[in-house]
Amino acid sequence: MIGTGMNSLSTPPATVARAARFRPLAALVHPLTLRAVSFAIALLAWEIAGRWPVSPSFPPFSETATAFVALLSDGSLLRAFGVTLTPLAIGLAVSGAVGVGIGVAMGLDERVEWFGVPIFIVLQAAPLAALVPILVMAYGIGLLTKVSIVCIMAMPVIVLNSFKAVRHAPRSLIEMGTSFLGTRAQIIRKIILPAATPVIFAGLRLGAAAGFVGAVLAELLVTPTGIGDIITYNQSIADYPKMYAAIAAIIMVSVGFIEILGFVEQRFLRPETRRTA
Amino acid sequence: MITTLPAGSAGMPPSAHPGRFGDGIPAAAAPDGIVEVRGISKTYGGGVEALNNISLTFPEGALTSLLGPSGCGKTTLLKIIAGLVAPTAGEILVKGRRVTGPGPERSFVFQDFALMPWATVLRNAAFGLELRGVARSEREAVAERYIEAVGLKGFEHKYPHELSGGMRQRVGLARALAVNADVVMMDEPFSAVDEQTRRRFQEDLLRLVAQERKTFLFVTHSIEEAVYVSNRIVLLSRRPSRVQRIIEIDLPRDGDPDRIRRHPDYLDTVEDIWQGLRHYVE
Ligand SMILES: Nc1ncnc2c1ncn2[C@@H]1O[C@H](COP(=O)(O)OP(=O)(O)OP(=O)(O)O)[C@@H](O)[C@H]1O
Ligand SMILES: [Mg+2]
Repeated sequence: MIGTGMNSLSTPPATVARAARFRPLAALVHPLTLRAVSFAIALLAWEIAGRWPVSPSFPPFSETATAFVALLSDGSLLRAFGVTLTPLAIGLAVSGAVGVGIGVAMGLDERVEWFGVPIFIVLQAAPLAALVPILVMAYGIGLLTKVSIVCIMAMPVIVLNSFKAVRHAPRSLIEMGTSFLGTRAQIIRKIILPAATPVIFAGLRLGAAAGFVGAVLAELLVTPTGIGDIITYNQSIADYPKMYAAIAAIIMVSVGFIEILGFVEQRFLRPETRRTA
Repeated sequence: MITTLPAGSAGMPPSAHPGRFGDGIPAAAAPDGIVEVRGISKTYGGGVEALNNISLTFPEGALTSLLGPSGCGKTTLLKIIAGLVAPTAGEILVKGRRVTGPGPERSFVFQDFALMPWATVLRNAAFGLELRGVARSEREAVAERYIEAVGLKGFEHKYPHELSGGMRQRVGLARALAVNADVVMMDEPFSAVDEQTRRRFQEDLLRLVAQERKTFLFVTHSIEEAVYVSNRIVLLSRRPSRVQRIIEIDLPRDGDPDRIRRHPDYLDTVEDIWQGLRHYVE
């Protein structure tokens, strides 16, 4: 054993072969592998905690997965998503467009800033679930109320991040744009907005996560529909695996959506971040 | 030949053109200089008096260095000439016209590079032309030429974070040259690189200056660098800055760089400036 090792060190071709043989080690520390491993450990911990059991209402991963397949195959999960995603999609689209617009305007113009910043700081700090009854009183229990809840949850962080991103656009780049005779519009479009993109997108990702919370919250607090219906119904009949399967499903969709946002940013808006990542 | 003018005669035209440019420049171009600084003072908001009544003339087609201790207001003066900072008093004339803001006849190389991290070398170098609305193919052709001239051929599609500090500064130089301004202002362009690279850049700069036949305003706090690259050195005193001395330099620039650095005039001038500064410090 030792002899072979020394041999391979002293002769170059064998060293090359050794290096080639050890390459799987590099694959082992690849970010994707590490992610998969950490994911597997979390699932394993879930399984163990569920079998222990921590609580009778906490099913292990395997049972939850079985329940997930059942919900998926009888079509109820997809139907529920159809219902839940409607106010969510509308709310996120509105929050994204309006929120980035307001935030950018606040960053560009101090008068808008003075007007807007206090509102959104209060909104961000307020326990928004407390507003739900008021919204129900104002708009009833329909789509509008649910869209409003999604917006209230998602908008503040999107606005405040967009604002900070624009306000902190590097002065030296703006000065450079001025010195090369850029107009105000050119400087906003070609310098300030690209410079602000990473922080705006961080806000969009946080806002999207908050919007998912808002959509489920709306279904739990207003009227049980969609995913919220599966959760409350299965909780009431103590079918905990199905309840957790529904929760896991909405988390997966949320994570997937946030990943897509990150991909869009890297692919189309800040190509230089791709090579380092 | 080295001429030292007393500070009081700062506004006087130089008696002769530096030899290196002698052939290409019409004799009439010099009288008032391409850039006139008239009684410029600058006091910043916090009460910091950066410049106090500075008057200067920058001759056309020459490279003039502003040399002075850190914090004496070199960047401030350059940015006032560039139209990026408003003076508290005084006025700047460029080609006889009063400066009220940036203009197409001036371009700037920034101390901190000011490159857009999301844009390739090519787009950064072409950015001045992009802002002027020059068509893409045209501006990229121009930028490619200057990227090659500053020695970055092959790096057109790299991003700034993939370049060394010195290479980034060259992108900034290519961008400033690509807009074809008459006056190119450079704020300590070589301060971010090691001594070896710096010397190579200085040699490249001399070559570019000879090729481009533009007026260069160059800020540095290295005496050797100023003497090596300049036709004229303006020595600034400590804050609030005044013009302490103006030194004309006429070294044979076309030869071997090492010969210039060993030239008795080069060594004498470096020593002379150093003695003057030391006298001033003590
Ligand atoms: N925007 C500003 N506001 C207030 N004070 C400033 C500002 N910019 C520069 N100063 C002050 O003005 C003085 C001159 O600054 P300047 O940057 O022009 O010096 P400098 O000669 O370029 O220095 P260095 O060699 O370190 O680059 C300094 O004391 C600095 O603190
Ligand atoms: Mg400076």
